[in-house]
Amino acid sequence: MPESLTLVAYLIAGILFILSLAGLSAQESARRGNILGIVGMLIAVAVTVLSQSMHYATLAIAVGIGGIIGTFLALRVQMTSMPELVAALHSFVGLAAVLVGFGSYLMPGPDGATEQVIHELEVYIGVFVGAITFTGSVVAYGKLRGIIRSKPLLIPARHWLNLLMIVACVVFGWRFVGAPTQDGVLSLGIQAGIAGLLGIHLVMGIGGADMPVVVSMLNSYSGWAAAAAGFMLSNDLLIITGALVGSSGAILSYIMCRAMNRSFISVILGGFGAEEGTQPARSSSEPQGEVTAIQAAETADLLRDAKGVIIIPGYGMAVAHAQYPLYEIAEWLRKRNKTVRFAIHPVAGRLPGHMNVLLAEAKVPYDIVIEMEEINEDFPQTDVALVIGANDIVNPGALDDASSPIYGMPVLEVWKARTTVVMKRSMASGYAGVENPLFYKDNTRMLFGDAKKNVEAILMCLRTDSDAAAAQ
Amino acid sequence: MKIGIPKEVRPGERRVAITPETVGRLLKLGFEVAIESGAGAGASFDDSAYEAAGVSIVPNAATLWSVSDVVLKVQPPEKRSDGVHEADLLREGGTLISFLWPAKNKELIERLATRKATVLAMDQIPRITRAQKFDALSSMANIAGYRAVIEAASFFGRFFTGQMTAAGKIPPAKVLVIGAGVAGLAAVGAARGLGAIVRAFDTRADAREQVQSMGAEFLEVSLEEDGAGAGGYGKVMSAAFIAEEMALFMRQAKDVDIIITTALIPGRPAPTLISEAMVNAMRPGSVIVDLAAENGGNCALTRPGQVVVHQGVTIVGYVDLPSRLAPLASHMYGSNLAHLLGDMGGAQEWRVNLDDQVVRAALVLKNGELLWPPPKIEPPTPVAKPAVSVGVTAATKASKKKAKGSGGTVGLIIGTLLLGALGMVAPKEFLSHFTVFVLACFVGWQIIWNVTPALHTPLMSVTNAISGIIVVGGLLQLSSEFTGPVMLIGATAVLLASINIAGGFLVTQRMLRMFHR
Repeated sequence: MPESLTLVAYLIAGILFILSLAGLSAQESARRGNILGIVGMLIAVAVTVLSQSMHYATLAIAVGIGGIIGTFLALRVQMTSMPELVAALHSFVGLAAVLVGFGSYLMPGPDGATEQVIHELEVYIGVFVGAITFTGSVVAYGKLRGIIRSKPLLIPARHWLNLLMIVACVVFGWRFVGAPTQDGVLSLGIQAGIAGLLGIHLVMGIGGADMPVVVSMLNSYSGWAAAAAGFMLSNDLLIITGALVGSSGAILSYIMCRAMNRSFISVILGGFGAEEGTQPARSSSEPQGEVTAIQAAETADLLRDAKGVIIIPGYGMAVAHAQYPLYEIAEWLRKRNKTVRFAIHPVAGRLPGHMNVLLAEAKVPYDIVIEMEEINEDFPQTDVALVIGANDIVNPGALDDASSPIYGMPVLEVWKARTTVVMKRSMASGYAGVENPLFYKDNTRMLFGDAKKNVEAILMCLRTDSDAAAAQ
Repeated sequence: MKIGIPKEVRPGERRVAITPETVGRLLKLGFEVAIESGAGAGASFDDSAYEAAGVSIVPNAATLWSVSDVVLKVQPPEKRSDGVHEADLLREGGTLISFLWPAKNKELIERLATRKATVLAMDQIPRITRAQKFDALSSMANIAGYRAVIEAASFFGRFFTGQMTAAGKIPPAKVLVIGAGVAGLAAVGAARGLGAIVRAFDTRADAREQVQSMGAEFLEVSLEEDGAGAGGYGKVMSAAFIAEEMALFMRQAKDVDIIITTALIPGRPAPTLISEAMVNAMRPGSVIVDLAAENGGNCALTRPGQVVVHQGVTIVGYVDLPSRLAPLASHMYGSNLAHLLGDMGGAQEWRVNLDDQVVRAALVLKNGELLWPPPKIEPPTPVAKPAVSVGVTAATKASKKKAKGSGGTVGLIIGTLLLGALGMVAPKEFLSHFTVFVLACFVGWQIIWNVTPALHTPLMSVTNAISGIIVVGGLLQLSSEFTGPVMLIGATAVLLASINIAGGFLVTQRMLRMFHR
């Protein structure tokens, strides 16, 4: 195949990728977007294979095995485990980028001294980013899976340690550039090792609830790694795609950080409240008052009398798999002409948009799933706000208690509803270790116990009572 | 930083810029607050209440002005009864926040400029969503609307609500509210609350829903023309429309007992909507309350600040309605101020940030330099149908992005310098790739912002699949030119990337299939 035709095909693939991402701007066009992406990928792969002769047998085996594993993962994964899958996929890109880097270094380089230096730098940077992405994603996977403790690991002088590792990478980079191949591979390998350790250390220091930021950050890194590979191979398609993915991850990280009112740097450099020591940060004004507990039957009564209901899901809902019975409750209420909506905080869950996917899986129509900014002003006109497995994202202290560690973070203002029912395992404080004054408010009722059992109990109360009413 | 609140000097002004309740927020922001003795008296807050809230009391105005970094007032500075002008009391380089009406008060601003003052006008706060909590004009309009009904009731010789009594049937009062802005809607609400039959008129089409939601009837002329202008205010209508409107008012004047007018476009004299003939057509005992009295009045017979009776019709032209509810007005105004001071960074991070759209709009003087009127910002024209909430959020997002973009001039310069340096050393081929890279980053940045937050997880999985494009890298190394380690490395990379491609696209498809309306 002539080279110019290959370039045109790459251009087409690049455009298809852009259109693919653009398609995700609305649910209606999203599926078409995904298909455009698939087409783009097929074109890119086909053209590359056709552009030169290959080890076709090896190729078929590699693609076959990879494709089967990928298909298997995609079909088997539970929607609650999406964060793990995404993290795992990031690690593959990272590792692939490292490998491509090494391979590219072993391939004959370009002519000319300057070109050679630039090429080696590209390889070096590509391997560095790839290695961080790889090990960082593996640790993130472990944390999300629960294999590794989700509490941030904070070793003393960890910032210095990070700095030291970066300096070491730079030093080896100095030795790497211009070195004969044998020494070069050694330097590159050592650097990859150090970068790998850096990746592990960075993600180990970040706690469970900051995972949305970490995962989107790794998403961004995996893109930059691909772009670096594009530079070393002088391949514009890789560069374009890498840049698209890289900026996508960067924006997601930015959105997540803004939703937590924290700077990107502070999330990356360590656990929440870490500077004040590891014990939970106490807010100066301890919440006052009594907690009012409630039973499932009374909650059902509240829902039955309500005209407007807003449901606020958090990570606890995902853990308990309570989205299915929750959908049944929502349907029961909707059939009785009550306004039911779901309010989603940007950082609810462990992945950007995670709650939306879980609710979609449970068949909740997406037009009643509303973002925080749009729904916050509706709480005062709402009869019942049902909080399920969420804590910090509904903490009024974030708005009015300047001493609270989460002060300034935008939250869902559930306490403005006439009655707020909070489903929770116990009175334990949330991830940030902050007391939640919401629980002590006069119009708050606490429904303790396992979220799924409670939701099912409420559903049963609603159903039996309506049957009884029908029998009369 | 010290905040000082002097006693208002305008005769009849009972409001005060801060109350014992709202001062708590200022103290929390880290400010020291001092108040002139007796400043809250008109609004029924005595010195001891302020003292209990943590405010220090200063016996006289001159001392207070001289020790304060920031002075909060309600009315613009004016000449005191002892002949000293308040503006001259402001310390050199001090800050003043109050109502100012800069268009009307050129001379005052020049006077303040000689004090090298920084001055923010509460009346210039833009009417955008983010600024709602600072919007003192809306707070005051709300109070004025309520009070207008109360004034009307006090001059009106009958009940508002209809009753069946032993003495016979009493009909309900009919109230016409002209202009359904903040004040108009407040008036509608108050009059409905008292039991009257309420009708409202506004040239803006989207006022209809708001009026109806308050329980009033929305009057219309047969001509179709939307009067929505910039910033949530109305605009000037065509001659044909005005003729229709006048005919409507004439018919209504014969029927209703009370007319409350609130029609005002900022910076213009109030339009005359109720002519002398219409007043004559009203039944004796009827009442007109003219909320536009300060700007000339909507009624031809209004005399600002006075109550006149014309052929048995009482025309109320008070210009101090908010001040008549001084405790509430002070509380709301104080809250607006406290929010603004919080937004400007509180005591620790106090900053007059010219990039902040709200601060920029309200800023009249900065260290004596005239910055008013502010450069035109995109006028926040209300979205035609508030029901289309997606459109609204998209618009706010866009405006947020705009606000962000203006900041990084320094970054831009540094970036340009770095690029220049790169151009000196890098070979041509690298630069052409680099061009592609930078442009792709920008394209990505633009598209991703449009992705709806609900699809962020599918976005991640699809970008995962797309970043499997690194397979191309592996493929190039599988070329038959190479053998040994390169081929092996290439094959492994291809395998890994294939997992991503297959897994990413499939799981995305699976997820997207679940989303349904």
